Amino acid sequence: MTNTTYKTYTESKDSQDDLIMISALAHFYYCKRRCALIHIEQIWNENVFTAEGRIMHERVHEEGDESRGNVRIARGVPLRSLRLGLIGKADVVEFHRIDKQTWQPFPVEYKRGKPKPDYCDSVQLCAQAICLEEMLSVAVPQGALFYGKTRRRLDVAFDEVLRKETEETADKAHLLIASGTTPPPVYAKRCESCSLIGECLPEKIGKHSSVKRYLMRMMESP
Amino acid sequence: MKKHLNTLYVTTQGAYLSKEGETVVVKIDGEVRLRIPVHTIGGIVCFGNVGCSPFLMGFCAENQVALSFLTEHGRFLAKIQGAVSGNVLLRREQYRKADDLAFSAGVAKFILTGKITNCRTILQRALRDHGNKINEQELRNAVMRLNRQLEFFDQEYPLDVLRGLEGDSAHIYFSVFDHLIVAQKETFRFDERNRRPPLDNVNCLLSFIYTLVMHDVRSALETVGLDPAVGFLHRDRPGRPGLALDLMEEFRPFIADRLALSLINLQQVQGKGFKKMDSGAVIMNDDTRKTLLVAYQERKQEEITHPFLGEKVMIGIIFHIQALLMARYLRGDLDGYPPFIWK
Repeated sequence: MTNTTYKTYTESKDSQDDLIMISALAHFYYCKRRCALIHIEQIWNENVFTAEGRIMHERVHEEGDESRGNVRIARGVPLRSLRLGLIGKADVVEFHRIDKQTWQPFPVEYKRGKPKPDYCDSVQLCAQAICLEEMLSVAVPQGALFYGKTRRRLDVAFDEVLRKETEETADKAHLLIASGTTPPPVYAKRCESCSLIGECLPEKIGKHSSVKRYLMRMMESP
Repeated sequence: MKKHLNTLYVTTQGAYLSKEGETVVVKIDGEVRLRIPVHTIGGIVCFGNVGCSPFLMGFCAENQVALSFLTEHGRFLAKIQGAVSGNVLLRREQYRKADDLAFSAGVAKFILTGKITNCRTILQRALRDHGNKINEQELRNAVMRLNRQLEFFDQEYPLDVLRGLEGDSAHIYFSVFDHLIVAQKETFRFDERNRRPPLDNVNCLLSFIYTLVMHDVRSALETVGLDPAVGFLHRDRPGRPGLALDLMEEFRPFIADRLALSLINLQQVQGKGFKKMDSGAVIMNDDTRKTLLVAYQERKQEEITHPFLGEKVMIGIIFHIQALLMARYLRGDLDGYPPFIWK
Protein backbone atom coordinates (compact mmCIF):
# COMPACT_ATOMS: atom_id res chain seq x y z
CA MET A 1 0.00 0.00 0.00
CA THR A 2 1.18 3.48 -0.74
CA ASN A 3 0.08 6.68 0.82
CA THR A 4 -2.06 7.54 -2.17
CA THR A 5 -4.52 4.78 -1.33
CA TYR A 6 -6.89 6.77 0.78
CA LYS A 7 -7.09 9.51 -1.82
CA THR A 8 -9.15 7.18 -3.95
CA TYR A 9 -12.07 7.85 -1.64
CA THR A 10 -11.54 11.42 -0.61
CA GLU A 11 -13.82 13.85 -2.30
CA SER A 12 -11.05 15.97 -3.69
CA LYS A 13 -7.33 15.77 -3.99
CA ASP A 14 -6.62 17.70 -0.83
CA SER A 15 -9.97 17.42 0.88
CA GLN A 16 -10.01 19.01 4.29
CA ASP A 17 -13.12 17.04 5.23
CA ASP A 18 -11.54 13.62 5.37
CA LEU A 19 -8.82 14.30 7.88
CA ILE A 20 -8.58 11.80 10.69
CA MET A 21 -7.10 12.53 14.08
CA ILE A 22 -3.40 11.91 14.58
CA SER A 23 -4.29 10.00 17.74
CA ALA A 24 -6.20 7.49 15.57
CA LEU A 25 -2.81 6.19 14.40
CA ALA A 26 -1.77 5.26 17.91
CA HIS A 27 -5.23 3.80 18.61
CA PHE A 28 -5.03 1.77 15.38
CA TYR A 29 -1.56 0.55 16.21
CA TYR A 30 -2.73 -0.63 19.60
CA CYS A 31 -5.91 -2.33 18.37
CA LYS A 32 -8.04 -1.89 15.25
CA ARG A 33 -11.26 -2.31 17.19
CA ARG A 34 -10.26 0.35 19.72
CA CYS A 35 -9.58 2.70 16.82
CA ALA A 36 -13.01 1.90 15.34
CA LEU A 37 -14.85 2.26 18.65
CA ILE A 38 -13.39 5.72 19.14
CA HIS A 39 -13.39 7.07 15.60
CA ILE A 40 -16.35 5.26 14.00
CA GLU A 41 -18.67 4.41 16.88
CA GLN A 42 -17.70 7.67 18.63
CA ILE A 43 -17.92 5.93 21.93
CA TRP A 44 -17.46 8.58 24.51
CA ASN A 45 -15.14 7.62 27.24
CA GLU A 46 -13.90 9.83 30.00
CA ASN A 47 -10.62 7.96 29.94
CA VAL A 48 -9.83 8.46 26.30
CA PHE A 49 -10.39 12.09 25.49
CA THR A 50 -11.26 14.16 28.43
CA ALA A 51 -8.50 12.83 30.61
CA GLU A 52 -5.86 13.09 27.89
CA GLY A 53 -7.20 16.36 26.62
CA ARG A 54 -7.71 17.93 30.00
CA ILE A 55 -4.18 17.21 31.13
CA MET A 56 -2.71 18.70 27.99
CA HIS A 57 -5.07 21.61 28.15
CA GLU A 58 -4.12 22.33 31.74
CA ARG A 59 -0.46 22.19 30.88
CA VAL A 60 -0.93 24.59 27.99
CA HIS A 61 -2.85 27.02 30.17
CA GLU A 62 -0.60 26.74 33.17
CA GLU A 63 2.74 26.83 31.48
CA GLY A 64 1.98 28.59 28.21
CA ASP A 65 4.69 29.22 25.71
CA GLU A 66 8.15 30.01 26.95
CA SER A 67 11.58 30.81 25.68
CA ARG A 68 14.82 29.73 27.27
CA GLY A 69 17.83 31.05 25.39
CA ASN A 70 18.10 28.91 22.34
CA VAL A 71 14.92 26.90 22.86
CA ARG A 72 11.40 28.21 22.32
CA ILE A 73 8.58 25.99 23.59
CA ALA A 74 5.12 26.04 22.01
CA ARG A 75 2.31 24.00 23.59
CA GLY A 76 -0.94 22.67 22.14
CA VAL A 77 0.19 23.31 18.57
CA PRO A 78 -2.51 22.60 15.92
CA LEU A 79 -1.17 20.30 13.18
CA ARG A 80 -2.33 19.05 9.81
CA SER A 81 -1.08 17.00 6.89
CA LEU A 82 -3.09 16.94 3.69
CA ARG A 83 -0.72 14.38 2.21
CA LEU A 84 -1.55 11.83 4.93
CA GLY A 85 -4.99 13.25 5.73
CA LEU A 86 -4.27 13.95 9.39
CA ILE A 87 -5.27 16.60 11.88
CA GLY A 88 -4.50 17.03 15.56
CA LYS A 89 -2.46 18.82 18.14
CA ALA A 90 1.07 18.41 19.40
CA ASP A 91 1.52 18.57 23.17
CA VAL A 92 4.79 20.39 22.76
CA VAL A 93 6.89 21.55 19.86
CA GLU A 94 10.33 22.81 20.80
CA PHE A 95 12.08 25.16 18.41
CA HIS A 96 15.85 24.90 18.67
CA ARG A 97 17.78 27.93 17.44
CA ILE A 98 20.09 27.12 14.55
CA ASP A 99 21.11 30.69 13.73
CA LYS A 100 19.59 34.19 13.87
CA GLN A 101 16.88 33.40 11.33
CA THR A 102 16.29 29.69 11.68
CA TRP A 103 14.57 27.61 14.34
CA GLN A 104 14.48 23.83 14.05
CA PRO A 105 11.08 22.30 15.06
CA PHE A 106 11.35 19.34 17.43
CA PRO A 107 8.07 17.64 18.53
CA VAL A 108 7.81 16.25 22.07
CA GLU A 109 4.94 13.97 23.06
CA TYR A 110 4.09 13.41 26.72
CA LYS A 111 2.83 9.96 27.70
CA ARG A 112 1.52 9.19 31.14
CA GLY A 113 2.62 5.56 31.20
CA LYS A 114 5.93 3.86 30.55
CA PRO A 115 7.70 3.16 27.24
CA LYS A 116 5.87 0.55 25.12
CA PRO A 117 7.79 -2.16 23.32
CA ASP A 118 6.27 -1.36 19.91
CA TYR A 119 6.18 1.53 17.50
CA CYS A 120 2.86 2.85 18.74
CA ASP A 121 4.10 6.10 20.34
CA SER A 122 6.85 6.65 17.76
CA VAL A 123 4.32 6.46 14.93
CA GLN A 124 2.22 9.17 16.53
CA LEU A 125 5.27 11.38 17.02
CA CYS A 126 6.46 10.76 13.49
CA ALA A 127 3.01 11.75 12.18
CA GLN A 128 3.39 15.04 14.04
CA ALA A 129 6.79 15.55 12.42
CA ILE A 130 5.33 14.90 8.96
CA CYS A 131 2.61 17.51 9.67
CA LEU A 132 5.22 20.03 10.78
CA GLU A 133 7.28 19.39 7.65
CA GLU A 134 4.30 19.96 5.43
CA MET A 135 3.09 23.08 7.25
CA LEU A 136 6.46 24.77 7.67
CA SER A 137 8.27 23.37 4.60
CA VAL A 138 11.27 22.28 6.63
CA ALA A 139 12.82 18.91 7.41
CA VAL A 140 12.07 17.55 10.90
CA PRO A 141 14.56 14.73 11.48
CA GLN A 142 14.05 14.19 15.22
CA GLY A 143 11.71 14.46 18.17
CA ALA A 144 11.30 13.00 21.64
CA LEU A 145 8.89 10.98 23.77
CA PHE A 146 8.60 11.86 27.44
CA TYR A 147 7.24 9.16 29.76
CA GLY A 148 5.62 10.33 32.97
CA LYS A 149 6.08 7.06 34.83
CA THR A 150 9.81 6.73 34.26
CA ARG A 151 10.46 10.48 33.89
CA ARG A 152 12.67 9.56 30.95
CA ARG A 153 12.99 11.40 27.69
CA LEU A 154 13.63 9.18 24.67
CA ASP A 155 14.93 10.72 21.49
CA VAL A 156 13.34 9.40 18.31
CA ALA A 157 14.92 9.68 14.87
CA PHE A 158 12.42 9.81 12.02
CA ASP A 159 14.22 7.41 9.68
CA GLU A 160 12.87 5.82 6.50
CA VAL A 161 11.58 2.74 8.30
CA LEU A 162 9.54 4.73 10.82
CA ARG A 163 8.22 7.12 8.15
CA LYS A 164 7.07 4.22 5.99
CA GLU A 165 5.43 2.59 8.99
CA THR A 166 3.65 5.86 9.83
CA GLU A 167 2.41 6.38 6.28
CA GLU A 168 1.13 2.83 6.06
CA THR A 169 -0.60 3.13 9.42
CA ALA A 170 -2.25 6.36 8.27
CA ASP A 171 -3.47 4.61 5.11
CA LYS A 172 -4.86 1.64 7.00
CA ALA A 173 -6.53 3.82 9.63
CA HIS A 174 -8.13 5.87 6.85
CA LEU A 175 -9.44 2.74 5.16
CA LEU A 176 -10.83 1.39 8.42
CA ILE A 177 -12.59 4.64 9.38
CA ALA A 178 -13.95 5.18 5.87
CA SER A 179 -15.34 1.64 5.80
CA GLY A 180 -17.62 2.48 8.73
CA THR A 181 -17.37 -1.11 9.94
CA THR A 182 -16.11 -1.93 13.40
CA PRO A 183 -14.12 -5.16 13.42
CA PRO A 184 -15.08 -7.85 15.94
CA PRO A 185 -12.98 -8.12 19.09
CA VAL A 186 -10.11 -10.52 19.51
CA TYR A 187 -9.56 -11.01 23.19
CA ALA A 188 -5.91 -10.68 24.20
CA LYS A 189 -3.89 -9.85 27.28
CA ARG A 190 -3.65 -6.18 26.28
CA CYS A 191 -7.45 -5.89 26.63
CA GLU A 192 -7.08 -5.80 30.40
CA SER A 193 -5.20 -2.50 30.26
CA CYS A 194 -7.49 -0.92 27.65
CA SER A 195 -9.73 1.85 28.95
CA LEU A 196 -12.51 0.80 26.57
CA ILE A 197 -12.84 -2.77 27.83
CA GLY A 198 -16.26 -1.98 29.34
CA GLU A 199 -17.56 -0.62 26.04
CA CYS A 200 -15.86 -3.21 23.82
CA LEU A 201 -16.78 -6.31 25.89
CA PRO A 202 -14.20 -8.47 24.11
CA GLU A 203 -15.04 -11.61 26.06
CA LYS A 204 -18.80 -11.23 25.67
CA ILE A 205 -19.00 -10.30 22.03
CA GLY A 206 -18.01 -12.45 19.13
CA LYS A 207 -17.48 -16.16 18.97
CA HIS A 208 -17.91 -17.21 22.56
CA SER A 209 -21.12 -15.59 23.49
CA SER A 210 -24.64 -16.27 22.40
CA VAL A 211 -27.61 -14.19 23.41
CA LYS A 212 -29.96 -17.02 22.48
CA ARG A 213 -28.18 -19.39 24.87
CA TYR A 214 -28.29 -16.73 27.57
CA LEU A 215 -32.05 -16.35 27.15
CA MET A 216 -32.65 -20.11 27.27
CA ARG A 217 -30.72 -20.23 30.52
CA MET A 218 -32.56 -17.28 32.05
CA MET A 219 -36.06 -18.33 31.01
CA GLU A 220 -35.88 -21.74 32.66
CA SER A 221 -38.18 -21.88 35.60
CA PRO A 222 -36.15 -22.25 38.78
CA MET B 1 -16.78 -0.09 32.86
CA LYS B 2 -18.30 3.36 33.14
CA LYS B 3 -18.73 4.40 36.75
CA HIS B 4 -22.19 4.84 38.20
CA LEU B 5 -22.59 8.48 39.05
CA ASN B 6 -25.17 10.03 41.31
CA THR B 7 -28.10 12.02 40.09
CA LEU B 8 -28.73 15.36 41.76
CA TYR B 9 -32.45 15.91 42.43
CA VAL B 10 -33.41 19.49 43.22
CA THR B 11 -36.84 19.78 44.83
CA THR B 12 -36.49 23.07 46.73
CA GLN B 13 -38.70 25.67 45.07
CA GLY B 14 -36.83 28.79 44.00
CA ALA B 15 -33.41 27.10 43.99
CA TYR B 16 -30.95 28.33 41.35
CA LEU B 17 -28.19 26.23 39.80
CA SER B 18 -25.08 27.66 38.26
CA LYS B 19 -21.55 26.71 37.30
CA GLU B 20 -18.33 27.77 39.00
CA GLY B 21 -15.23 26.31 37.39
CA GLU B 22 -15.75 22.54 37.35
CA THR B 23 -18.44 22.59 40.04
CA VAL B 24 -22.22 22.85 40.10
CA VAL B 25 -23.44 25.37 42.67
CA VAL B 26 -26.95 25.29 44.16
CA LYS B 27 -28.15 28.57 45.65
CA ILE B 28 -31.28 29.08 47.72
CA ASP B 29 -32.30 32.68 48.45
CA GLY B 30 -28.94 33.80 47.08
CA GLU B 31 -26.99 31.64 49.52
CA VAL B 32 -24.78 28.78 48.41
CA ARG B 33 -26.19 25.56 49.86
CA LEU B 34 -24.25 22.99 47.88
CA ARG B 35 -21.19 22.62 45.68
CA ILE B 36 -20.62 19.43 43.73
CA PRO B 37 -17.75 18.64 41.34
CA VAL B 38 -19.37 17.97 37.98
CA HIS B 39 -17.45 14.76 37.29
CA THR B 40 -19.16 13.12 40.25
CA ILE B 41 -22.71 13.49 38.88
CA GLY B 42 -24.34 11.75 35.95
CA GLY B 43 -27.57 13.70 35.90
CA ILE B 44 -29.54 16.60 37.36
CA VAL B 45 -33.31 16.51 37.70
CA CYS B 46 -35.13 19.73 38.66
CA PHE B 47 -38.65 19.61 40.06
CA GLY B 48 -40.91 22.61 39.68
CA ASN B 49 -39.65 26.15 39.97
CA VAL B 50 -35.91 25.57 39.83
CA GLY B 51 -33.68 27.85 37.78
CA CYS B 52 -30.46 27.10 35.99
CA SER B 53 -27.83 29.26 34.28
CA PRO B 54 -27.26 28.83 30.55
CA PHE B 55 -23.57 28.20 31.19
CA LEU B 56 -24.42 25.26 33.41
CA MET B 57 -26.80 23.97 30.73
CA GLY B 58 -24.04 24.13 28.12
CA PHE B 59 -21.57 22.58 30.51
CA CYS B 60 -23.95 19.68 31.25
CA ALA B 61 -24.60 19.13 27.56
CA GLU B 62 -20.88 19.01 26.85
CA ASN B 63 -20.02 16.74 29.75
CA GLN B 64 -22.82 14.25 29.21
CA VAL B 65 -24.67 15.20 32.36
CA ALA B 66 -28.38 14.69 31.68
CA LEU B 67 -30.29 17.76 32.82
CA SER B 68 -34.09 17.57 32.93
CA PHE B 69 -36.89 19.76 34.18
CA LEU B 70 -40.07 18.18 35.57
CA THR B 71 -43.15 19.69 37.21
CA GLU B 72 -43.37 19.33 40.97
CA HIS B 73 -45.39 16.17 40.40
CA GLY B 74 -42.81 14.61 38.16
CA ARG B 75 -44.35 15.32 34.78
CA PHE B 76 -41.65 15.82 32.17
CA LEU B 77 -41.26 19.40 30.91
CA ALA B 78 -37.96 19.66 29.11
CA LYS B 79 -34.41 18.46 28.98
CA ILE B 80 -31.19 20.06 27.92
CA GLN B 81 -29.73 18.74 24.72
CA GLY B 82 -26.33 19.78 23.43
CA ALA B 83 -25.12 19.25 19.91
CA VAL B 84 -26.15 15.83 18.62
CA SER B 85 -23.23 13.52 19.12
CA GLY B 86 -22.43 9.87 18.68
CA ASN B 87 -22.19 7.78 15.60
CA VAL B 88 -24.44 8.77 12.73
CA LEU B 89 -23.93 5.29 11.26
CA LEU B 90 -25.45 3.79 14.39
CA ARG B 91 -28.52 6.03 14.25
CA ARG B 92 -28.97 5.28 10.54
CA GLU B 93 -28.80 1.57 11.32
CA GLN B 94 -31.37 2.05 14.08
CA TYR B 95 -33.79 3.80 11.67
CA ARG B 96 -33.25 1.21 8.93
CA LYS B 97 -33.83 -1.68 11.32
CA ALA B 98 -36.87 -0.03 12.89
CA ASP B 99 -38.36 0.18 9.37
CA ASP B 100 -37.90 -3.58 9.03
CA LEU B 101 -40.98 -5.03 10.74
CA ALA B 102 -39.61 -8.57 10.98
CA PHE B 103 -36.45 -7.30 12.66
CA SER B 104 -38.51 -5.07 14.96
CA ALA B 105 -40.59 -8.05 16.00
CA GLY B 106 -37.34 -9.86 16.85
CA VAL B 107 -36.22 -6.99 19.11
CA ALA B 108 -39.67 -6.81 20.67
CA LYS B 109 -39.37 -10.50 21.51
CA PHE B 110 -36.05 -9.99 23.31
CA ILE B 111 -37.49 -7.06 25.25
CA LEU B 112 -40.68 -8.83 26.26
CA THR B 113 -38.83 -12.00 27.22
CA GLY B 114 -36.90 -9.85 29.67
CA LYS B 115 -39.95 -8.10 30.99
CA ILE B 116 -42.15 -11.14 31.47
CA THR B 117 -39.33 -13.18 33.02
CA ASN B 118 -38.73 -10.35 35.50
CA CYS B 119 -42.47 -10.17 36.31
CA ARG B 120 -42.40 -13.89 36.98
CA THR B 121 -39.39 -13.47 39.28
CA ILE B 122 -41.23 -10.82 41.32
CA LEU B 123 -44.10 -13.25 41.93
CA GLN B 124 -41.77 -16.16 42.71
CA ARG B 125 -39.81 -14.07 45.21
CA ALA B 126 -43.03 -13.00 46.91
CA LEU B 127 -43.99 -16.66 47.25
CA ARG B 128 -40.60 -17.39 48.75
CA ASP B 129 -40.51 -14.40 51.12
CA HIS B 130 -44.11 -14.06 52.32
CA GLY B 131 -45.48 -17.49 51.42
CA ASN B 132 -47.59 -17.66 54.57
CA LYS B 133 -49.03 -14.14 54.39
CA ILE B 134 -50.34 -14.15 50.85
CA ASN B 135 -52.75 -15.90 48.58
CA GLU B 136 -50.39 -18.62 47.48
CA GLN B 137 -52.76 -20.33 45.13
CA GLU B 138 -53.44 -17.27 43.01
CA LEU B 139 -49.76 -16.36 42.79
CA ARG B 140 -48.74 -19.89 41.78
CA ASN B 141 -51.42 -19.82 39.18
CA ALA B 142 -50.18 -16.50 37.81
CA VAL B 143 -46.59 -17.81 37.65
CA MET B 144 -47.81 -20.80 35.70
CA ARG B 145 -49.73 -18.61 33.27
CA LEU B 146 -46.68 -16.35 32.76
CA ASN B 147 -44.64 -19.48 32.02
CA ARG B 148 -47.14 -20.37 29.34
CA GLN B 149 -46.81 -16.88 27.87
CA LEU B 150 -43.02 -17.33 27.75
CA GLU B 151 -43.38 -20.63 25.90
CA PHE B 152 -44.89 -18.69 23.00
CA PHE B 153 -41.57 -17.00 22.46
CA ASP B 154 -39.91 -19.97 20.77
CA GLN B 155 -41.53 -18.92 17.50
CA GLU B 156 -41.63 -15.84 15.29
CA TYR B 157 -44.70 -13.64 15.50
CA PRO B 158 -45.58 -10.31 13.95
CA LEU B 159 -45.56 -7.26 16.19
CA ASP B 160 -49.30 -7.09 16.82
CA VAL B 161 -49.37 -10.68 18.07
CA LEU B 162 -46.46 -9.87 20.40
CA ARG B 163 -48.34 -6.81 21.63
CA GLY B 164 -51.29 -9.05 22.43
CA LEU B 165 -49.01 -11.40 24.38
CA GLU B 166 -47.61 -8.44 26.23
CA GLY B 167 -51.08 -7.18 27.11
CA ASP B 168 -52.11 -10.60 28.41
CA SER B 169 -48.94 -10.93 30.47
CA ALA B 170 -49.36 -7.48 32.00
CA HIS B 171 -52.94 -8.39 32.87
CA ILE B 172 -51.88 -11.65 34.56
CA TYR B 173 -49.16 -9.86 36.52
CA PHE B 174 -51.19 -6.86 37.65
CA SER B 175 -54.19 -9.03 38.53
CA VAL B 176 -52.17 -10.44 41.46
CA PHE B 177 -50.11 -7.31 42.20
CA ASP B 178 -52.35 -6.45 45.16
CA HIS B 179 -51.26 -9.71 46.83
CA LEU B 180 -47.70 -8.44 46.87
CA ILE B 181 -48.69 -5.63 49.22
CA VAL B 182 -48.41 -7.15 52.69
CA ALA B 183 -48.62 -4.04 54.89
CA GLN B 184 -50.87 -0.95 55.09
CA LYS B 185 -53.46 -2.79 53.01
CA GLU B 186 -56.20 -0.29 53.88
CA THR B 187 -54.38 2.71 52.32
CA PHE B 188 -52.50 0.90 49.57
CA ARG B 189 -54.87 -1.15 47.51
CA PHE B 190 -54.21 -2.05 43.92
CA ASP B 191 -57.02 -2.88 41.51
CA GLU B 192 -55.60 -2.12 38.13
CA ARG B 193 -52.85 -0.07 36.53
CA ASN B 194 -54.05 3.45 35.68
CA ARG B 195 -51.77 6.31 34.85
CA ARG B 196 -53.27 9.34 33.15
CA PRO B 197 -53.74 10.47 35.84
CA PRO B 198 -52.98 7.89 38.56
CA LEU B 199 -56.18 7.41 40.58
CA ASP B 200 -54.85 5.76 43.74
CA ASN B 201 -51.78 5.77 45.98
CA VAL B 202 -50.09 2.72 44.47
CA ASN B 203 -50.49 3.93 40.90
CA CYS B 204 -49.25 7.37 41.95
CA LEU B 205 -46.08 5.74 43.36
CA LEU B 206 -45.59 3.55 40.30
CA SER B 207 -46.07 6.45 37.87
CA PHE B 208 -43.57 8.61 39.68
CA ILE B 209 -40.90 5.89 39.80
CA TYR B 210 -41.47 5.08 36.13
CA THR B 211 -40.75 8.75 35.38
CA LEU B 212 -37.43 8.51 37.22
CA VAL B 213 -36.46 5.31 35.41
CA MET B 214 -37.53 6.88 32.11
CA HIS B 215 -35.15 9.78 32.69
CA ASP B 216 -32.26 7.40 33.30
CA VAL B 217 -33.04 5.12 30.36
CA ARG B 218 -33.38 8.05 28.03
CA SER B 219 -30.06 9.56 28.95
CA ALA B 220 -28.36 6.16 28.73
CA LEU B 221 -29.61 5.81 25.14
CA GLU B 222 -28.44 9.28 24.26
CA THR B 223 -25.06 8.61 25.82
CA VAL B 224 -24.42 5.61 23.59
CA GLY B 225 -25.64 7.55 20.55
CA LEU B 226 -29.07 5.97 19.99
CA ASP B 227 -32.19 8.00 19.26
CA PRO B 228 -34.66 7.50 22.13
CA ALA B 229 -37.56 8.39 19.83
CA VAL B 230 -37.32 5.47 17.41
CA GLY B 231 -38.36 2.16 18.93
CA PHE B 232 -39.15 -1.36 17.79
CA LEU B 233 -42.00 -2.56 19.99
CA HIS B 234 -43.26 0.99 20.53
CA ARG B 235 -43.74 2.36 17.02
CA ASP B 236 -43.13 5.99 16.18
CA ARG B 237 -45.54 8.44 17.63
CA PRO B 238 -44.63 12.11 17.75
CA GLY B 239 -43.60 13.13 21.22
CA ARG B 240 -43.24 9.56 22.45
CA PRO B 241 -39.76 8.19 23.18
CA GLY B 242 -40.33 4.78 21.58
CA LEU B 243 -36.90 3.24 22.14
CA ALA B 244 -36.74 4.52 25.71
CA LEU B 245 -40.11 2.85 26.35
CA ASP B 246 -38.81 -0.34 24.73
CA LEU B 247 -35.70 -0.45 26.88
CA MET B 248 -37.68 0.46 29.97
CA GLU B 249 -39.87 -2.64 29.83
CA GLU B 250 -37.35 -4.95 31.48
CA PHE B 251 -36.72 -2.37 34.25
CA ARG B 252 -40.36 -1.81 35.22
CA PRO B 253 -40.66 -4.93 37.36
CA PHE B 254 -37.04 -5.21 38.43
CA ILE B 255 -36.46 -1.62 39.57
CA ALA B 256 -39.72 0.31 39.74
CA ASP B 257 -42.33 -2.20 40.95
CA ARG B 258 -39.97 -3.68 43.53
CA LEU B 259 -39.13 -0.25 44.87
CA ALA B 260 -42.79 0.74 45.18
CA LEU B 261 -43.58 -2.52 46.96
CA SER B 262 -40.71 -2.29 49.42
CA LEU B 263 -41.57 1.35 50.28
CA ILE B 264 -45.12 0.29 51.12
CA ASN B 265 -44.26 -3.00 52.81
CA LEU B 266 -41.51 -1.47 54.97
CA GLN B 267 -43.86 1.45 55.73
CA GLN B 268 -41.42 4.03 54.45
CA VAL B 269 -44.35 5.76 52.77
CA GLN B 270 -47.74 6.26 54.41
CA GLY B 271 -51.27 7.02 53.31
CA LYS B 272 -51.06 10.54 54.73
CA GLY B 273 -48.34 11.36 52.20
CA PHE B 274 -50.90 11.27 49.38
CA LYS B 275 -53.70 13.60 48.41
CA LYS B 276 -56.75 13.00 46.27
CA MET B 277 -57.63 15.94 44.04
CA ASP B 278 -61.19 16.90 43.12
CA SER B 279 -60.81 15.15 39.78
CA GLY B 280 -59.90 11.87 41.49
CA ALA B 281 -56.22 12.16 40.53
CA VAL B 282 -53.81 11.32 43.34
CA ILE B 283 -50.66 13.32 44.04
CA MET B 284 -47.99 12.92 46.70
CA ASN B 285 -46.63 15.53 49.08
CA ASP B 286 -43.05 16.83 49.19
CA ASP B 287 -41.86 14.57 51.99
CA THR B 288 -43.11 11.44 50.25
CA ARG B 289 -41.45 12.56 47.05
CA LYS B 290 -38.15 13.11 48.88
CA THR B 291 -38.38 9.71 50.57
CA LEU B 292 -38.89 8.18 47.17
CA LEU B 293 -35.99 9.98 45.54
CA VAL B 294 -33.62 8.96 48.32
CA ALA B 295 -34.81 5.35 48.14
CA TYR B 296 -34.35 5.33 44.37
CA GLN B 297 -30.82 6.69 44.68
CA GLU B 298 -29.98 4.09 47.31
CA ARG B 299 -31.39 1.31 45.17
CA LYS B 300 -29.16 2.42 42.30
CA GLN B 301 -26.10 2.07 44.49
CA GLU B 302 -26.72 -1.55 45.32
CA GLU B 303 -24.46 -4.08 43.66
CA ILE B 304 -25.64 -6.97 41.58
CA THR B 305 -24.04 -9.46 39.20
CA HIS B 306 -24.99 -8.63 35.65
CA PRO B 307 -26.48 -11.86 34.29
CA PHE B 308 -25.08 -11.50 30.78
CA LEU B 309 -21.70 -9.95 31.52
CA GLY B 310 -21.12 -11.92 34.70
CA GLU B 311 -19.61 -8.83 36.35
CA LYS B 312 -20.51 -7.16 39.61
CA VAL B 313 -22.02 -3.76 38.82
CA MET B 314 -24.04 -1.07 40.55
CA ILE B 315 -27.70 -1.15 39.63
CA GLY B 316 -27.48 2.47 38.46
CA ILE B 317 -25.08 1.56 35.65
CA ILE B 318 -27.34 -1.16 34.21
CA PHE B 319 -29.29 1.38 32.13
CA HIS B 320 -26.05 2.32 30.42
CA ILE B 321 -24.97 -1.30 29.95
CA GLN B 322 -28.31 -2.24 28.36
CA ALA B 323 -28.23 0.78 26.05
CA LEU B 324 -24.72 -0.22 25.05
CA LEU B 325 -25.74 -3.84 24.40
CA MET B 326 -28.63 -2.56 22.26
CA ALA B 327 -26.19 -0.42 20.26
CA ARG B 328 -23.75 -3.32 19.86
CA TYR B 329 -26.61 -5.55 18.65
CA LEU B 330 -27.77 -2.99 16.08
CA ARG B 331 -24.18 -2.61 14.84
CA GLY B 332 -23.86 -6.37 14.37
CA ASP B 333 -21.58 -7.20 17.30
CA LEU B 334 -24.10 -9.52 19.01
CA ASP B 335 -26.49 -12.21 17.80
CA GLY B 336 -29.37 -10.70 19.75
CA TYR B 337 -30.28 -8.19 22.43
CA PRO B 338 -29.73 -9.69 25.88
CA PRO B 339 -32.29 -8.06 28.19
CA PHE B 340 -31.45 -7.60 31.85
CA ILE B 341 -33.01 -10.58 33.58
CA TRP B 342 -33.28 -10.81 37.33
CA LYS B 343 -33.76 -14.18 38.97
